[in-house]
Amino acid sequence: MAMSIWEYANPKKFMETSSIALPWAAGGALLCLIVGLVWGFFFTPDDYKQGSTVKIIYLHVPSALMAINAWLMMLAASLIWLVRRHHVSALAAKAAGPVGLTFTLVALVTGAVWGQPMWGTWWAWDPRLTSFLILALFYLGYIALWQAVENPDTAADLTSVLCIVGSVFAVLSRYAVNFWNQGLHQGASLSLDKEENVADVFYFPLLVCIGGFVLLFLTLVLLRTRTEIRVRRVQALLARERMA
Amino acid sequence: MIALLLRDLRLALRAGGGFGLGLAFFLLVAVLVPLGVGPEPATLAKIAPGILWVGALLACLLSLDRIFALDHEDGSLDLLATAPIPLEGVVAVKACAHWIVTGLPLTLVSPLLGLLMNLPAEGYPLLLASLAIGTPALSVIGTFGAALTVGLKRGGLLLSLLVLPLYVPTLVFGAEAVRRGALGMDVATPFLLLGGITAGVAALLPFASAAAVRINLR
Amino acid sequence: MIPDLGKYAVSVLTAYGASIALLAGLVALSLWRGARVRRMLREVEQRQGRSDG
Repeated sequence: MAMSIWEYANPKKFMETSSIALPWAAGGALLCLIVGLVWGFFFTPDDYKQGSTVKIIYLHVPSALMAINAWLMMLAASLIWLVRRHHVSALAAKAAGPVGLTFTLVALVTGAVWGQPMWGTWWAWDPRLTSFLILALFYLGYIALWQAVENPDTAADLTSVLCIVGSVFAVLSRYAVNFWNQGLHQGASLSLDKEENVADVFYFPLLVCIGGFVLLFLTLVLLRTRTEIRVRRVQALLARERMA
Repeated sequence: MIALLLRDLRLALRAGGGFGLGLAFFLLVAVLVPLGVGPEPATLAKIAPGILWVGALLACLLSLDRIFALDHEDGSLDLLATAPIPLEGVVAVKACAHWIVTGLPLTLVSPLLGLLMNLPAEGYPLLLASLAIGTPALSVIGTFGAALTVGLKRGGLLLSLLVLPLYVPTLVFGAEAVRRGALGMDVATPFLLLGGITAGVAALLPFASAAAVRINLR
Repeated sequence: MIPDLGKYAVSVLTAYGASIALLAGLVALSLWRGARVRRMLREVEQRQGRSDG
């Protein structure tokens, strides 16, 4: 029998596979995060210019990266739901929403805390920070729409449409914000992205942390999708009970 | 479709509310902001473009939930969905009607409010032009938000939460055009981008709105 | 044990504290809701199993 990726769209198959994958993902996430953060926090030198604040990079860059990737995953899952009507896909998108929002908040908080000593202010309307604030609003709207619509299939359809339209507008906003800030101050010198010129001492623990965040995202999405599938099952059973 | 447009316009005018309310709100913003910020002409002139744009945006937001609500309640939305004209067309007409009763009047009174806000003289034509180009996008995007929330009992607040992030590009380019103009800078770029957004949104978003209405009527 | 963070100690510790608190909150919430739903499902399944038989 030919195995295809769509096998995993069957809720039962998904529950079986995810119950095996979940402990591994969770363990890996924990391991990577502990190793990466301890390595970064205790065993890396200070940057000659930024002092010890460079240690914030181990939280800031991975969370920002995953905040965007979570949205992309939601977009992919929404498209799959609209095209192939696999319930697991819609539920995975639903499960990813709050996770993405939390990552966005972590990126914002660490960015603000980093900005305080570097720029002398908690909040600068830096294009990147502003874009993340807008991204957080997109996440909020998406989650709110899921909660507001009662019928699960209608909710999945509507949030999918919102996710697709929202993606286009999120990209537009990113460019709009870039454009808007040019007149105020030179954005590039305030840029938080040090990936290009980051030295090896910082680079390897950062990689481990990024791996940790990816696994953490995977763990949480699997866990939350499993919960959502169970919620559906409870609802279906209760409906049957009422019918009987 | 023209009959539908006329019907929507008549309904909006007769039901009162929608038509005057947005304008009154816009006026209130222009009165309240100087009261809050202080009367220095220099400060007001500096923030005028942004405040007027945000005011127009919020005024537009006020009447969004009416776009589909009345038709949904009395069942005429179901009729429209099965009517011979495509639902995409219906949605576009509704957005157009919304613009005529909110966006257009807002644009026309904006110079008056610019006066209250000490907008520099160079700003007036730009303010008029940017609102005239930008407010259609606000109506079309708002129609999409209204389409998403059409079946919900208390969709008002959710509607704002969904629509406001989508308004960001329009707001940025619209206000930036006026601001740059008032400073004597080149305004072609923001105007082109604003026009691009309005055109793109008007061409594509009715499809998404119609899809959302269909999902909600299912 | 804690490395010398210099004058930025407060910033670095705040960033770590706040981030870990946010992430731990999300994990705790997910686990809690997962456990609650699992319990609910078991209850409903048991009840229906009895009523069927």
